[in-house]
Amino acid sequence: MSANQEMAVRYKNNFLKEVEQQVEMGEWVKMCMQCGVCSGSCPTNFHPGWEHPPQEIFMMIRAGKREEVLSSPSMWMCTSCYNCIVRCPRKLPITHIMHGLAEYAYELGLAPKVQPTKNLSKLFWENATKTGRINELTFSLGMYFKDAEGKINIGQGIKKGLEMQKVALGLLKAKRLNLFEIFGGHKCKDQKGIHAMLAKAYALESKRKGRHVG
Amino acid sequence: MAKRQYAFYPGCSSQKGASASNYLTSVESMCKTLDIQLTEIPDWNCCGASISYAEAGELPRHVMNARNFALSEANLPGQDIVATCAACWLGAKESKERIEHSSQLMADTQEALKEAGLSIKVMPEIRHMAEVLVEDFGFEELGRHVKNPLQGLKFAGYVGCQTNRPFGIAGENFENPMYLDKIIETMGGEAVPYDQKVTCCGGALAFSEPDKAQAQIKDIIEAAYDGGAEMIVTPCPLCQANVEIYQGHINKKYGTKFNIPVLYYSQLMTIAYGGSAKEAGLDGQVIRAPKLEALAK
Amino acid sequence: MAEEKKFAAYICKGCGLGDRLDVDALAGVAQKEGKMQVVRQHDFLCNADGVAMIKNDIANEGVTHIMIAACSRRAKTEAFFFPNNAVARTNLREGVIWIRPDTEEARETTQDMAEDYVRMGCAEVKAMTAPAGNANTGSNRTLLVVGGGLTGMTAALEASKTGYPVVLVEKSGQLGGWAAKLWKRIPAHEPFKAPADTGIADMAAQIAADPNIKVYLNSTIAKTDGAPGRFVVQIATESGAVSTEDIGSIIQATGFDLYDANRLPHLGYGKSPNVVDQAGLEALAKAANGGPILRPSDGKPVTSVAFVQCAGQRDTSGEHLPYCSGYCCNASIKQAMYFKDSNPAIDTTVIYTDLRTPGNGEDFYRSAQEKGVIFTKGKVGSVAPGGNNCVVNFHDLILDDQNAQIEADLVVLATGQVPNSGINIDMSAEEKAEEAAAEAAAAEATASGAQPLQFSKKVSVLNLTYRQGADIPQFKWGFTDSHFICFPYETRRTGIYTAGPVRRPMDMVQAREDATGAALKAIQALENAQLGRAAHPRSGDLSFPKVRLEGCTQCKRCTVECPFGAIDEDERRFPLFNESRCRRCGTCMGACPVRVISFENYSVDTVGSQIKAVDIPDEFSEKPRILILACENDAYPALDMAAMKRNEYSAFVRVIPVRCLGSVNTIWITDALNAGYDGVMLMGCKHGEDYQCHFVKGSELGRYRLSKVGDTLKNMNLETERVKDLEVAITDIDNLPRIINEYAQQIVDMGMSPFKGF
Repeated sequence: MSANQEMAVRYKNNFLKEVEQQVEMGEWVKMCMQCGVCSGSCPTNFHPGWEHPPQEIFMMIRAGKREEVLSSPSMWMCTSCYNCIVRCPRKLPITHIMHGLAEYAYELGLAPKVQPTKNLSKLFWENATKTGRINELTFSLGMYFKDAEGKINIGQGIKKGLEMQKVALGLLKAKRLNLFEIFGGHKCKDQKGIHAMLAKAYALESKRKGRHVG
Repeated sequence: MAKRQYAFYPGCSSQKGASASNYLTSVESMCKTLDIQLTEIPDWNCCGASISYAEAGELPRHVMNARNFALSEANLPGQDIVATCAACWLGAKESKERIEHSSQLMADTQEALKEAGLSIKVMPEIRHMAEVLVEDFGFEELGRHVKNPLQGLKFAGYVGCQTNRPFGIAGENFENPMYLDKIIETMGGEAVPYDQKVTCCGGALAFSEPDKAQAQIKDIIEAAYDGGAEMIVTPCPLCQANVEIYQGHINKKYGTKFNIPVLYYSQLMTIAYGGSAKEAGLDGQVIRAPKLEALAK
Repeated sequence: MAEEKKFAAYICKGCGLGDRLDVDALAGVAQKEGKMQVVRQHDFLCNADGVAMIKNDIANEGVTHIMIAACSRRAKTEAFFFPNNAVARTNLREGVIWIRPDTEEARETTQDMAEDYVRMGCAEVKAMTAPAGNANTGSNRTLLVVGGGLTGMTAALEASKTGYPVVLVEKSGQLGGWAAKLWKRIPAHEPFKAPADTGIADMAAQIAADPNIKVYLNSTIAKTDGAPGRFVVQIATESGAVSTEDIGSIIQATGFDLYDANRLPHLGYGKSPNVVDQAGLEALAKAANGGPILRPSDGKPVTSVAFVQCAGQRDTSGEHLPYCSGYCCNASIKQAMYFKDSNPAIDTTVIYTDLRTPGNGEDFYRSAQEKGVIFTKGKVGSVAPGGNNCVVNFHDLILDDQNAQIEADLVVLATGQVPNSGINIDMSAEEKAEEAAAEAAAAEATASGAQPLQFSKKVSVLNLTYRQGADIPQFKWGFTDSHFICFPYETRRTGIYTAGPVRRPMDMVQAREDATGAALKAIQALENAQLGRAAHPRSGDLSFPKVRLEGCTQCKRCTVECPFGAIDEDERRFPLFNESRCRRCGTCMGACPVRVISFENYSVDTVGSQIKAVDIPDEFSEKPRILILACENDAYPALDMAAMKRNEYSAFVRVIPVRCLGSVNTIWITDALNAGYDGVMLMGCKHGEDYQCHFVKGSELGRYRLSKVGDTLKNMNLETERVKDLEVAITDIDNLPRIINEYAQQIVDMGMSPFKGF
């Protein structure tokens, strides 16, 4: 049984309960009073293609629309501007709930296949935790050489790389991009400790949330 | 005034040769004038920023920050951690709050830290450099060191998101924070009013959703121009980079003719304190700031 | 007062009056033109020395009539309180120096203004007599409370605690009303997180133990006769016996009925026993007595429940209640907790369009969310009844899903409050016909057995013997009328107060507050009646209307127009005044075509002689004169406040305060135009649906009368703009001076009245 099926069975049809237990800050969803201030405050609101504002996501959770919520691209649009959090009259940590929903959808494999921010998140964390610090050069290269589904795609990378060439040249000239980073660059000394620590953290979190240790 | 000492958390972008290296340069110059001693937390690691959530999950993210807390307290006991990067400050502060709030999370964090031979005994304070300037020094004290006032220069103080929300600088209003304008004015410059002071630049989505982010950046720059600004000033490395480096793309896409320098508050302060263009890291601008360079001693 | 009249004028020089005005000249006017026998000036008239001077004149000089030329009559009322004398106040401070620029060129017109006001004050005081009051209008001290629900019980207990005997009449066999039917109530105390005990049993016990409260159960009011301080009330008991009680004042707390859910068949009511209204759920909860609430269809424990808010409320189709009852959201939250508190696994959903939780309901709402009650924003279209469960079909307003559905064992309809206010005495002929048709239809439906359409013919609550009808006038939707902002408990029947949901929809917290307020007002009313004093807004006024019956033509305008039902007709069809019902607005005086109604201190003459006293400069003087008749409740204070802000206005105007636009007799306007005034402005309160008039109907009636002035103007060959009717609110502090100035300019442009010098 896939992780997704397993969770669906475990929580029967009670998606709200599932969110409360599995999603970061999910226990706050029930406290939304549907005023819509978050929707009006979201910078993403200005762009087309934004499916469900947070208010709607919360209502969908209460209405048990599990697949629709978890496969939605909406959470992935969050720019982490925290405008919704500071304006919510009910003090819901909306930004964190959005992040949490994205994380859970990703964990269950329900997140949209073509989702650049999902790839970015993965790349960033992997890059950061590999040596303990972000390597901006390999991070950007990684970003630009992967296609929409997150697979390495040299052709696309060259195209995007060309687009970004001017940006990169500007940064190089200003000494804010170091090509030598490709050979390692900044890193932490105790990488072994960091890796052990993170492995433990993953194990503990999976145990606490009753998820399979992947 | 006695030397002030802080545990410094520069963050990944403010390292040598990284995208905010000019921030680091100017902060160092500014601190020299203000007699601030910044000691880098030994072997600090990345905060995870606000983009790693999907891959990282909850606990691993907090544990990464907790490692920095433990290292800071072990090596620089009693010193507040000071971050210059808005995302580092926010990520660290958020982890601290969550860990302190939940005994379960604290226990799990300690258990994971043990794997790296660390533990949290005392939780340090996490502060942004702007907080240090406003709270520990105050505008009057900051103004006392001005030797080369930025007379006649017009700046749009672009506060953006993460020094402002969700925590913000104490006493500020989320909708219209004033600390950055006050710093500009304390340095002798003019802070122009404009309506995109706290608009999001798109953050990390500038990488993954460039079209969407650039539309927002365009609004910000347009408003700054409309307000009569000659330069934009910001406290955040990602804001700085996003607003500065995509101007070419935006011009191409929208037919605009943007060419506005985007600076850090610390660069303004370094110049106003009598520092040179090099000490202020002005050579690190992709879009140079000739008016500020001309003023520099 | 048989003694000889002696008139005295006192002119104050304080507050800058002495600097800005030629006070000696004013004194001269008072003496020569005003014919005042005593004229005195004082540097500071309202201080102890100034007041002592006046008192000394009263005691030793035989002064009976006092004209004070100083500040507005609204200022220094305690210092200038001479209850045994006729007192006129003329307004030189707010009326003259504060609204005029202190410049050389303005000096002459400002002085003209002041001299006119002195003339007017002298003329007024000469036409006045000191109100003697009529203390013989009744001295009953017992309160009657009609209705034994929470509101009535609270009013009875509060009045009794204050030392007044109470008669409490309840139509059913027990006290408690709706509140007694509740399992629990919405919490009234911190932390507002869970349903609380109603406290009704305790209140009933307190009443039973209170020797000061006499309770009539199974009883109704057969007849209410009299007036405040001397009501005689007949109470009919179920057995047929009638008791008579002497009553000082009355509180009507007759509460509400739930809107009839039978009118909501589309929501499944009547089609499935598993669809109930809020009262139905309370009954189920009471029967469960803390155990699981059972499904009516088969007696199995409820596992899912849906609450439908605004059932038959906030309806825009005209079919159901158009208003929000304000309490039902909190009530549904409370009822949802009955389920969640006993078993968190019960699916509990509240479907609402706007959740409205007044008072501390927001905390209660949050608590329900914490307990897991689901709140869904949606509009319910229908409820489809099944065997043991129902399907609620609704439009999900957040997800914009037209076909959203919820299945529930039990559906609760929040139907809202309909007031029990008796009969509508102002019902129009069409409305009466409509009611008769509905009654006939209901009778037919019942006879044919088609559907159980209920029709309850309204019966009177108070059975007043008043000329204007048996019950309290109603406002909208059957709620009793009150001046909503200023005097919420007052009705249009002096000494009779309504409290609780009969006045407006409300919850128990609000009803208790209402009851306490009404009890205090009722006490005040019976005390006032004993002393012959007016109730609000002219509280304490001892004057009352006197009628010269020999001149009366029995036209009945006064009896019809009195907004308070104070005037009945005697057997010869002459007006019969009930002073303690009167609010002293003067609407009768304004209505009387033969001008036989007057007050001792306010009459056609007191105002008319002021109008005539003004010096009208000739046609070539370039000094027009504009008469302003300003309502003393809103317009006059607005003018005073404009003066406090030193907002300037034209020196051509002469302002006379009136009790209400309703008291304005058209003769004043005709007289003014004949005397050569160039314009007349009438300033009164907003009337109509959201009226502001402190006498409810006064400004409306006044305006109706004035609408006929156009004919007079035409007959006189005058422009219709020479009379201007203005709606003024107390907040028009900055507007009013501007409007006055614009009107003055308009008059100047129009040219002077040709009626000068006749």
